[in-house]
Amino acid sequence: MEHSETLTREDTVLVACRIEDLPPGESVRVDAAEGTEAVAVFNADGELYAIDDTCTHQDASLADGWLEGCTVECPLHAACFDLRTGMPSGPPAKRPVRTHRVTVEDGVVRVHVAAPVGAL
Amino acid sequence: MRSVAVVGASLAGLAAARALRAQGYDGGITLIGDEPRAPYDRPPLSKDFLLSRTSTEELALTTDDDESLAVDWRLGTTATALDPYERRITLSDGGEVRADGVVIATGARARTLPGAGAPGAGGMSGVHTLRTLDDALALRESLRSGGPLVVIGAGFIGSEVASTALAAGLDVTVVEALPVPLAGPLGAGMGAVCAGLHTDHGVPVLCGVPVRELLGGARVEGVRLADGTVLPAATVLVGIGAEPNTDWLADSGLDIRDGVRTDARGATAVPHVVAAGDCAASYQPGPARHVRTEHWTDALRQPETAVRALLAGPDAGADTACGPLPYFWSEQYGVRIQFAGARRDGDSVRIESGDPEDRSFLAVYERDGRPTAVLGMDQPKQFTRWRRRLAADWAAVTT
Ligand SMILES: Cc1cc2nc3c(=O)[nH]c(=O)nc-3n(C[C@H](O)[C@H](O)[C@H](O)COP(=O)(O)OP(=O)(O)OC[C@H]3O[C@@H](n4cnc5c(N)ncnc54)[C@H](O)[C@@H]3O)c2cc1C
Ligand code: FES
Repeated sequence: MEHSETLTREDTVLVACRIEDLPPGESVRVDAAEGTEAVAVFNADGELYAIDDTCTHQDASLADGWLEGCTVECPLHAACFDLRTGMPSGPPAKRPVRTHRVTVEDGVVRVHVAAPVGAL
Repeated sequence: MRSVAVVGASLAGLAAARALRAQGYDGGITLIGDEPRAPYDRPPLSKDFLLSRTSTEELALTTDDDESLAVDWRLGTTATALDPYERRITLSDGGEVRADGVVIATGARARTLPGAGAPGAGGMSGVHTLRTLDDALALRESLRSGGPLVVIGAGFIGSEVASTALAAGLDVTVVEALPVPLAGPLGAGMGAVCAGLHTDHGVPVLCGVPVRELLGGARVEGVRLADGTVLPAATVLVGIGAEPNTDWLADSGLDIRDGVRTDARGATAVPHVVAAGDCAASYQPGPARHVRTEHWTDALRQPETAVRALLAGPDAGADTACGPLPYFWSEQYGVRIQFAGARRDGDSVRIESGDPEDRSFLAVYERDGRPTAVLGMDQPKQFTRWRRRLAADWAAVTT
C-alpha cells in the first residue's frame, strides 16, 4: 500500500505523438497507462496543453471536442473547459478536469501526468 | 431596466439568470417556478437515473457559484397570467410580480394519451409519462416490479426508456403510430436506421398501428392496438411528445400558436418580453420559419441571445445575433446519436463516412447542394466538425 502510494505520487510520463502530428487546432488522445487516466493534448495556436481526456460530466472523450482559443467544448453536451486551468465554464459539467504539464524534446510531445486525485 | 422576472425555473430559466449577470445587468431577478425543487437536469431521467446510476443530487443544475446571482427564488409558485404591457405576473399564491422585463421559460409538458387520463389523476396506475423528476421516480418504482414494459411512441424519450429498461433486464415492446419512427426530426431513411437499434437488441417495434385502448382495472394489464393485437403490460410509458406550457399566457395577447413566437433572438412582439427554451418558437433565418425545438443545448444557449435582446431594448433593432444552431443528442443501447441543423422534408441524405448498418456513421442532409443538417451515430469528432461548420453558416445568414 505504502509502496504504491509513493509510486502514484510521481508524475507518469507519456509519449503523446510527434510535434508535426499535432498542428494548431488539433488534438490527440493518449490512452491510459498503468496508474494514469487517458489524457488529451491540444495545440491551441502553437501552445500545447494537456488535460484529462474524460469529461467530468459523463463519459465523453474531450480529444474529440472542439477547440476554440484556450477552450475545449465537450463533444457530447457541450460543457466548456479552460485548457489552462481545467475549469468548466458552464453546465452540465461542474467539476474541473486535471491539467498536466507538456514538454517537447527532439520533436516528441510528452505529457507529465500528475498523480490521480484520490492517491494523495 | 431595474427588475426582471424569469418565469420557469429550469434549464432555460437558470441560464437566463446567469446570462443577465454575465451581461452586466445588476438589477433584481425574480425566478418563478412551479416545481418545488431547485432546477435539475432532465436528460438523465430517461437514462442513468432510471437505473439508479445517477442520484437526485447529481441532477442539480445549480452550483455554489450561483449564489452570487442574487436571485429571488419563488419555487413552488405557478404563474397564472401575464399582463404584457404592465408586465405584471399573477401568481397561484395570490401574489403578483411586476417587472421591467420578462423572460418566459416555462418549457413543455408531456402529452398524455387521449382518453387514458393523466397518471395519478384518475388514470390507471402503471401508466406513465416522463418529464419531471417525480415522473422518473414513479416510473423507476413501477419498472422495479418487472416487465413487460410497453412503450407507446418511438420518439427519443420513448426509445431511451426502452433501451434503459432492456438494460435493467425487462421485456420491452415499442409501438409507434407512424409508419417510420422519428421521421419528423430525422426523415424516413434515418428514422428507420435509428429504429433499427431496437431490433438489433431484440426489442420489437410495431409501427403504423395506433393504440386503441389500455386494458386493466386499477392497474394497467395490457395495450390493445387498432388491429386487435393485445400486448401484455405491467408498465406503460406514454412517450408521444410534449406540448409547450403556454396556457398561462392565453389572455396575454402574445402569439402562442405552437409555443411563444419570437424573432431570431428570442424577442416577442411585445416590448421587454422575451422567451427561450422548449416553450419558445423562434424564427430561424436559414429555413425561414418559426421552430420550437425541445433540445437541451438550445434551452441552455437561447437565453443568452434573448437576454441580450431584452437588455438592448425594443429600439435596438433586430440586427443582433440570432439564436444557436439547433442541436440535440440521444443515447440508446450504448450508441450516441447526435443531430444538428434544420432539416426539411425533401432534403437529400448523403452518408459522409461509416455505414448505417454498423450503427457508426455520419450523414449530411443537403438542399440545393448545401448542407442543412448533420446526423452522427458514434462519430463525435467528425460530428463536432460538421456542427461547427453548420453553425458558422447559420450565424452568417441574417434576417
Ligand atoms: C426525460 C427527458 C430526457 C431528455 N433527454 C434529452 C437529450 O438526451 N438530449 C437533448 O438534447 N434534450 C433532452 N431532453 C430535453 C431537455 O431536457 C429540454 O430541452 C430542456 O429541459 C428544456 O428546458 P426548459 O427550461 O426550456 O424547459 P423545462 O425543462 O420544461 O422547464 C420549464 C420549467 O418551467 C416550469 N413551469 C411551467 N409552467 C409554469 C408556470 N406557469 N409558472 C411557473 N413555472 C412553470 C416547469 O414546471 C419547469 O420546471 C430531455 C427531456 C426529458 C424530459
Ligand atoms: S459528457 Fe461532457 S458535457 Fe456531458
